[in-house]
Amino acid sequence: MEAIRLDAQWIDYLLIAIYFIFVLGIGWFAKRGISSSIEFLLSGRSLPAWVTALAFVSANLGAVEIMGMSATGAQYGMPTMHYFWIGAVPAMLFLGVVMMPFYYGSKVRSVPEFMRKRFGTGAHLVNALSFAVAQLLIAGVNLFLLGTIVNRLLGWPLWITLIVAAAIVLSYITLGGLSAAIYNEVLQFFVIVAALLPLTLIGLNRVGGWDGLVDRVSNDGMLGAEQLSSWPGEQLSGFSNPVLSVVGIVFGLGFVLSFGYWTTNFVEVQRAMASKSINAARLTPIIGAFPKMLIPFIVVVPGMIAAVLVPQMTQFKEISASIDEATALEQTGVTYNDALLLLMREVLPNGLLGVAIAGLLAAFMAGMAANISAFNTVFSYDLWQQYVVKDREDDYYLKIGRWATIGACVVAIFTALIAGNFSNLMDYLQTLFGFFNAPLFATFILGMFWKRMSATAGWVGLVGGTISAVFVFILAETGVLDLPGQGAAFLAASTAFVVDIVLSVIVTLFTTPKPAAELRGLVYSETPKSDFEDLGEPKAPFWKRPVPVAGVALVLVIILNVTFG
Amino acid sequence: MSKSNELTKTAGAFDVRNFIGALLAIFGVILTIAGIVGFTPDEAERTGGVDANLWTGIGLIIAAAVFLIWAKLRPIRIVETPDDEAGAPGTD
Repeated sequence: MEAIRLDAQWIDYLLIAIYFIFVLGIGWFAKRGISSSIEFLLSGRSLPAWVTALAFVSANLGAVEIMGMSATGAQYGMPTMHYFWIGAVPAMLFLGVVMMPFYYGSKVRSVPEFMRKRFGTGAHLVNALSFAVAQLLIAGVNLFLLGTIVNRLLGWPLWITLIVAAAIVLSYITLGGLSAAIYNEVLQFFVIVAALLPLTLIGLNRVGGWDGLVDRVSNDGMLGAEQLSSWPGEQLSGFSNPVLSVVGIVFGLGFVLSFGYWTTNFVEVQRAMASKSINAARLTPIIGAFPKMLIPFIVVVPGMIAAVLVPQMTQFKEISASIDEATALEQTGVTYNDALLLLMREVLPNGLLGVAIAGLLAAFMAGMAANISAFNTVFSYDLWQQYVVKDREDDYYLKIGRWATIGACVVAIFTALIAGNFSNLMDYLQTLFGFFNAPLFATFILGMFWKRMSATAGWVGLVGGTISAVFVFILAETGVLDLPGQGAAFLAASTAFVVDIVLSVIVTLFTTPKPAAELRGLVYSETPKSDFEDLGEPKAPFWKRPVPVAGVALVLVIILNVTFG
Repeated sequence: MSKSNELTKTAGAFDVRNFIGALLAIFGVILTIAGIVGFTPDEAERTGGVDANLWTGIGLIIAAAVFLIWAKLRPIRIVETPDDEAGAPGTD
């Protein structure tokens, strides 16, 4: 890949340096108050809802999201909005309204631990191991992107960047634990907005406002006006039939992939578990839904602007359309993933450029930190404490948590090198989601509402679902199934979901269920309503209760879908 | 940032709002100055004629003020919670 040198001056470096002092400062301050493993790994369950809500959004707003979504925006335009308005937001609301009471109310310390209590060690081991591996891989992706940015900016060799970035993340997490990660995520959120909002506005100003953008995109001579409405999104889904495309997006992306990701991914759920009450835990993803539905305007839209404003990007897109992406890369030296960087270089003055670079570095580090702080919890509680060394004093597990953090950073450096071989990061990530999360969601939702579902059904469903996803993926990769775009990922996830449900039902009918007495807090029908409420708290006003707030968010996201449909 | 108030037990508790406010304020001031003294024709060409540093700087200073005032008006209160809750994974 060619170097895209951003012309950074001393003022930009100054801003970046100040930001890093704050990042490390947070780790140092958050360190006070860490005396037990719960404080290190779950922030002592003490944070207010707005903090965990922003961390919830930020944990996902890493490199993959920002670069990937602006890349998809540059390539397909508005259909990318589906990842937010059909994908993330409904799933986040569902998590807060339906699933969070089980997670927080059952006092588990991680999502895999919920799995263990509901289905025993078979399903737990599958879940904990696959999650831990996935986190190391995704941490590697985030680290790789960080390394690429610094490499282009400062000209540092990739391996030095990887080590320095990993060392910074390592130092603030081992000092401050999850609290440091969460506080940094909140800080990062604001730096990202401070960087991307001006970038979007200036970009719009350059293309002649929203009307100018609409005009240029519709006359780009390629996909044209199709990029301006999110539905039916055939290019994105890869289905040529518009009806199939809508079904694929709603069921594949919306229901299976996104519900699977947002409701079972411990990286996200961990942020909510760190909050101070069950009400705050439920509000975490629900409050987070509001910024989440606005984020595409500062991520996807800049991608679209880059595709019509930056000559290199336009040229890449034209050659991709007429020949293919590989040729386009060869001739222009850029890919869709560079859309945001190219736009930054094109429109930002020095000063704002520094804020933008700090914002991107922040996002990549926070993304990696989120993966690692979720990894160390699952490793300490679900793998080490459960299967390797049981029944030691809490100090011991705190120490294990710190060692797991160090180990994870080292492994992430190596996975970063693997991650470099994938051209479109979204493909890479979707693939992972499809393998792990879709069957998980199926198993959880069935297990939470069907008390008869047996322990054996739990792990058989998970394994069967995951294998079927891999099978579909291989068919697509080898060309047996021809689905361009994201269609293969949608199909793999949907298949995994269906296979999981079918297998679980069949196996349950031939095995003995868990005794009802062990299912309190884990299965809806066996849990008294009072377990899901804060004891002794006065009834909050409606704007502080999860269900009404979720209702407002739902109405807003429907309005967005209709307005930009 | 500020001296601890006697009425509320802030007790040096870590408040992320002060951190956010301070960082945005520093960024805001630097950008505002850059916008005032360093707005060149080359920059104007990039942004389409807008002094982007200046406007972003002003925006950041306002945002920073909101955080600092919020933290000042509603400081974190430390509530002693019973110890039995933390660290108890429940019956197994």
